[in-house]
Amino acid sequence: MSGHEFQSWFPDSGHIDYDDASTNITETTLDEMRSIAARYPQARSALLPMLHLVQSVDGRVSPAGVQACADILGITTAQVSGVATFYTMYRRRPGGRNHVGVCTTALCAVMGGDQLLDRVSHRLGIHEGETTADGAISLERLECNAACDFAPVMMVNWEFFDNMDPAKVDELLDALSSGQSVQSPRGATITSWQEAERVLAGFPDGRADEGPAAGEASLLGLKVAREHGWHAPDVPPPVPASGEAAATEGSAVPGGAK
Amino acid sequence: MTVTAKPGEVVASDLITVFVDGTEVSVPKGTLAIRAAELIGVAIPRFCDHPLLDPVGACRQCLVEVPDMGNGRGMPKPQASCTLECAPGMKIQTQNTSAVAAKAQKGMIEFLLINHPLDCPICDKGGECPLQNQAMSNGGGESRYEGVKRTFPKPVSISAQILLDRERCILCARCTRFSEQISGDPFITLVERGALQQVGYYEDEPYNSYFSGNVIQICPVGALTSVSYRFQSRPFDLVSTPTTCEHCAGGCQLRTDHRHFQVKRRLAGDAPEVNEEWNCDKGRFAFRSARGDDRLTRPLVRDNGVLRVASWPEAIDAAVAGLKRAGTQVGVLTGGRLTIEDAYGYSKFARAVLGTNNIDFRSRPHSAEEAAFLANRVAGRSLDNDTLSYTALQGAKQVILVAFEPEEEAAMVFLRLRKAVRKNGLKVLTIAPYASNGSAKLNAEVIPTVPGTEPEALAGLSADADTIVLVGERAAVIPGALSAAADFVDRTGARLAWMPRRAGDRGAVEAGCLPNLLPGARPAGAVLARVDVQAAWGVDGLPTLPGLDADAQLAAAREGLGLVVAGLEPSDFTNAAEVRDALESAPFVISLEQRLSEVTERADVVFPIALIEERPGHFLNWEHRRGRVNTVIRQPNQPMTDLRVLAALAEALGRPLGIRTARQALTELDELGVWDGARQPLARTRGVAAPADGELALATWRELIDGSRGNDHEPALQATAKPVVARTSPEVAAAHGLTGAVTIAGNGGWLTLPLEVVPGMAADTVWVPTHAPDTPLSELGLVHGDSVTVSSPAAALDRGEGFDRGEGGVA
Amino acid sequence: MTDLLTPVLSENWADERAWKLTNYERRGGYRALRKALGSTPAEVMETVKDSGLRGRGGAGFPTGMKWSFVPKDNPNPKYLVVNADESEPGTCKDMPLMLASPHTLVEGVIISSYAIGCAYAFIYCRGEVLHVIRRLQQAVREAYSAGYAGKNILGSGYDLEVVVHAGAGAYICGEETALLDSLEGRRGQPRLRPPFPAVAGLYASPTVVNNVESIASVPAIIDRGSSWFSSMGTEKSKGMTLYSLSGHVRNPGQFEAPLGITLRQLLDLAGGIREGHELKFWTPGGSSTPILTPEHLDLPLDYEGMAAAGSMLGTKALQCFDETTSVVRTTLRWIEFYKHESCGKCTPCREGNWWLVQILSKFEAGRAEEGDIEKLLDIADDMGGRSFCALADGAVACLTSAIKHFRPEFEQGLKTPAWELFPYERSALFDTGAEVRTAAGLKGAHA
Repeated sequence: MSGHEFQSWFPDSGHIDYDDASTNITETTLDEMRSIAARYPQARSALLPMLHLVQSVDGRVSPAGVQACADILGITTAQVSGVATFYTMYRRRPGGRNHVGVCTTALCAVMGGDQLLDRVSHRLGIHEGETTADGAISLERLECNAACDFAPVMMVNWEFFDNMDPAKVDELLDALSSGQSVQSPRGATITSWQEAERVLAGFPDGRADEGPAAGEASLLGLKVAREHGWHAPDVPPPVPASGEAAATEGSAVPGGAK
Repeated sequence: MTVTAKPGEVVASDLITVFVDGTEVSVPKGTLAIRAAELIGVAIPRFCDHPLLDPVGACRQCLVEVPDMGNGRGMPKPQASCTLECAPGMKIQTQNTSAVAAKAQKGMIEFLLINHPLDCPICDKGGECPLQNQAMSNGGGESRYEGVKRTFPKPVSISAQILLDRERCILCARCTRFSEQISGDPFITLVERGALQQVGYYEDEPYNSYFSGNVIQICPVGALTSVSYRFQSRPFDLVSTPTTCEHCAGGCQLRTDHRHFQVKRRLAGDAPEVNEEWNCDKGRFAFRSARGDDRLTRPLVRDNGVLRVASWPEAIDAAVAGLKRAGTQVGVLTGGRLTIEDAYGYSKFARAVLGTNNIDFRSRPHSAEEAAFLANRVAGRSLDNDTLSYTALQGAKQVILVAFEPEEEAAMVFLRLRKAVRKNGLKVLTIAPYASNGSAKLNAEVIPTVPGTEPEALAGLSADADTIVLVGERAAVIPGALSAAADFVDRTGARLAWMPRRAGDRGAVEAGCLPNLLPGARPAGAVLARVDVQAAWGVDGLPTLPGLDADAQLAAAREGLGLVVAGLEPSDFTNAAEVRDALESAPFVISLEQRLSEVTERADVVFPIALIEERPGHFLNWEHRRGRVNTVIRQPNQPMTDLRVLAALAEALGRPLGIRTARQALTELDELGVWDGARQPLARTRGVAAPADGELALATWRELIDGSRGNDHEPALQATAKPVVARTSPEVAAAHGLTGAVTIAGNGGWLTLPLEVVPGMAADTVWVPTHAPDTPLSELGLVHGDSVTVSSPAAALDRGEGFDRGEGGVA
Repeated sequence: MTDLLTPVLSENWADERAWKLTNYERRGGYRALRKALGSTPAEVMETVKDSGLRGRGGAGFPTGMKWSFVPKDNPNPKYLVVNADESEPGTCKDMPLMLASPHTLVEGVIISSYAIGCAYAFIYCRGEVLHVIRRLQQAVREAYSAGYAGKNILGSGYDLEVVVHAGAGAYICGEETALLDSLEGRRGQPRLRPPFPAVAGLYASPTVVNNVESIASVPAIIDRGSSWFSSMGTEKSKGMTLYSLSGHVRNPGQFEAPLGITLRQLLDLAGGIREGHELKFWTPGGSSTPILTPEHLDLPLDYEGMAAAGSMLGTKALQCFDETTSVVRTTLRWIEFYKHESCGKCTPCREGNWWLVQILSKFEAGRAEEGDIEKLLDIADDMGGRSFCALADGAVACLTSAIKHFRPEFEQGLKTPAWELFPYERSALFDTGAEVRTAAGLKGAHA
């Protein structure tokens, strides 16, 4: 079933998972959190990246992480909780090594996203929001991820997987399940979700130079322009530096063919 | 409604004219459209709007149409009138004249109701619910909603006292804005988002705020309820009485609701000049202390060493016999709970009936320097809104706190200071051992001060006429502090207010419940003053012998002084054991009390006294503002007031008091007027030496919710008290090898408490709460500024008598 | 006449390792920065004003004018915040720009910061685009190393800190005041205006918030001149911009053209609607702009042209749907998006979308009742223009325009499920295979 299920009973909302007190946060983590706070004129600005860092360490927003954020920023745990529960990228419970997302906002849904979500769900034997028993993959439904010219779109650990179809889904899931190296068509070799979170916290992983500059769709207009020899107008010749002359600039040189 | 500007303060040129539903109205610049409408009696429905909270524009209920912004152009969309500032010539059309506004408002009510449980019949708020009321007046008759309602588990205890029902909540954010903006305790916030947005808290850090009850009162639905009042009554079955709070010298105006001869709840009254629309949780919830089996309803007399129930005539006879035996060898201890009328009754009873100046209201550590200070600087002052008042605090540029923790000792002063800090950029300086939570919320600059050295710290500050110095109760035991404060304001031109802690203190000074003061600021040692009072009272003479203060009376009790004692506890004094011993040694003790107590246990005659809700009168607050205490509960056998008992005793002694009712007492005091002669001079004392090597100075104050008996029978309130801890600087902790807990020893006793290390705290200082439940410092006989030693608990095991709270308090 | 396509921002996207500083410089990168630093901030601002550049994030407010609102006499520090929270359904222009040529943005940030006199700039990028963030972070590091950012930029004495900030998943943070709250570490909920960010924005200080494409256009304007820029486009909509074609288009993608091109022209360049199908409806600038139909194909895609058609240019996110698509289903999905992304602050958006989704689900399942269309419109009427920010207006726009253009389809929703009228596998780009068709056939179960 790929449509949104309408949920109206929220037995477990409003907070992170208090029961799981486990944490991997160390003094190094706290130092890194302080270094994030130091990037900003006002420390509280660091809260979002700090929570990304908590996720990179604990695989979720942990109670220890909430407490650490509150302590370092001098705000209440309730205030941290208010932020941690507002944004969809923050998880309250651990997920898999890989987070597979399928966009089902209107355009992707119509173009096959719904079917892809079904397919992923069937193949993995889990519903959205769940994780496979082997801990390899969590499945999420995504809202628009700003890659509509590559629809239908999927994401793995926030790397683009463009122009997806059932065959590509199968291939991707097989690779992820078996731990093979997977390359995003417009990104880097897939790291784990937690490693991705660390980059979002502002700690680069050295993979910026991997992958192409652009996907095919991004280059389409450029390609067509080049085929036709189209380009932006040439720069008009310098004009006398007086206000009056500047005012007439608007009429200058339209662009010609190369 | 609390108006933001007093009409007198607005000059005509600051007024702008707008049109609400075609009616012209002139309002100060910056007025919101919703307020402009109120001024001409047009009520625009609203939920999130609250005049004392920053506008948020969240509920969208108050939409109006603005066909002309004052510049000839209309606004294309309906506007939230709670966020729309009036502009000159603006035309505002409310639901009364605009179909668009009416439709928008009707739509909004419908939206608010689609997910609301509509459980009004079982809701505490039903009958006084803005949502219910506005649904009735502006909503549709039937729901068009056929969908499924959003449901949550409920209720959620966001603190021991407060329960949250997320289904009823309409997300107006009044509670979360109050907690963040007004009290500075953002332990509740909005969490989640979209349709799932809800008020939330964090499990480890519940909503323990001294002001938490206010959120129940401002909640426009029944989403927030108290354990105290939940399911207790329907609003329409309650009778409301305005009155004044008896818990501190703030003078909060309250609304007390009762039913079946029982107070069911207390709400903050609407008093813009005093508590605005707020009060503290103690004032709101602590009204059940006399509900227990220990309530006194009949007189008791001691018979063969045992107290037994007696008739009134029998008790009066016994008391009179005792007083006659004592003659002038009697002292009067009045405590801090009295109305000004009752205090005046005791003052007159002591002087005119018993013939003694042995009277003192100070059932707490005190000093002769303080008595002189009160006579010199406090007594006889009258309310001046412009110079020393809540309003003046709000307008001051700088406020210096000396030995005073507003959030703990005068909660409304704290809120007003915080408002001034937020809105007017007030600078607060505090001479304190460390930056308390309250200081942090005032953004106060802390001058870390070792107890005893406050006078020097104050002398180092600068101030001018825009500065107000607030000096607290514990300054009494800091040698030189009160005089230093007086000298400081004389030198700088700053203003000075004494901040008593208890509701009756300020009135007691005025009534003359001090050995050195007659009523109306008259020095008891001044002949002309005595003549004045003597004439007014029509008595032959007034005692000329200097009176004994409370400590001296208790000491004298062991040597044969009889005592008349009103509301006090031995643990309120410097040394509880000594007070108990004095009461036991005294030849004769009369107690006027509401409940059985350590005093009544040791008394020879006990008279039951009316509760605050059973009597009329007035409290005089720190501003010297009179707050009326109204009789809330009237019943056939109305208990006696202190005044009535005193009058009966005087009558039986053959020297009638001349007053029986509060009204008579107040009239007489007013007629007496304020003394215009010379005041008693200050009594300067020298400061104390720094603690000896290896010793620390003890810092202490009472916390708002502590071991006070006034909090009895309200466990939910007590559960929101701060954890009991001791505090030292990291340096002290390191020097003494303290981790986790600390044992404080002094005066032959010891106390072990969990330790909280506070960076930046004054050197060589340890702080403990004065009156924590079960461990009042008076059991050790220690006061602020005393020298103590600290050690880790293990080293203290063989110290003998003491209190071990090191475990289980806080981690 | 200007050429049909005018790649400027996208000019270097096909370059080998276009994202690297050296490659950007080889194309003349950071030449504009040197030029800007050689003139006064006021001159830079004037040039941007003269260019006629209008905000590319959807609202179309003149960028230079926005800058000029920053009060000169305000003692607080000033801030530039780049809105890189691209999340509007259909919108996909900023991400490829930052992925391929992050230095175009970074250079724009430095020049714009110089113009408004700020010492701290932030690029607030949505968090769900890991590789884009990697490239941005690296570009900023490279700019610091090269002396383009940090202390005493290129010896000019001008200092600027640039921080790349990753969001955490909230469409509403594309709303500029919500973005500022989010950047302050709070829940991303819109703020009251006034005060406007130009006066009291980030940390209650004067702040300029601009879209990625707006800021990225600045280096070219400075380098080539305001009149060069304004020579492109239409009278009131100047310059080149990125049009994003998506949906049932044979070759979807980014097309950089002067403002005023038409969808028909763009579709021609993109090979038209997918083979054997025809255009049914489209959005000019994301889901929040009212949908249009084939009859609007020849309207100029500029601010005025779209407004005249009762829609908005928005982000120029041209989502094209062919005749296999159910308008009811698409609308439901969009409203589900708005329900999911509503911040919850105000009543009409929070409750209205919750209600709309339930009613639209009935339409999708063919179980709507008489009067439900009117109810939808009435709810939309109570939401639109009544909410705190424009999010609910976006929801209302797609709903009411769908009913306006395709009312009969909604009427069919009283009887027939959308998946029977428009079998969902037909609108998919691939043959879904029997297994998934079965799953789609289970649709009734969720209704």
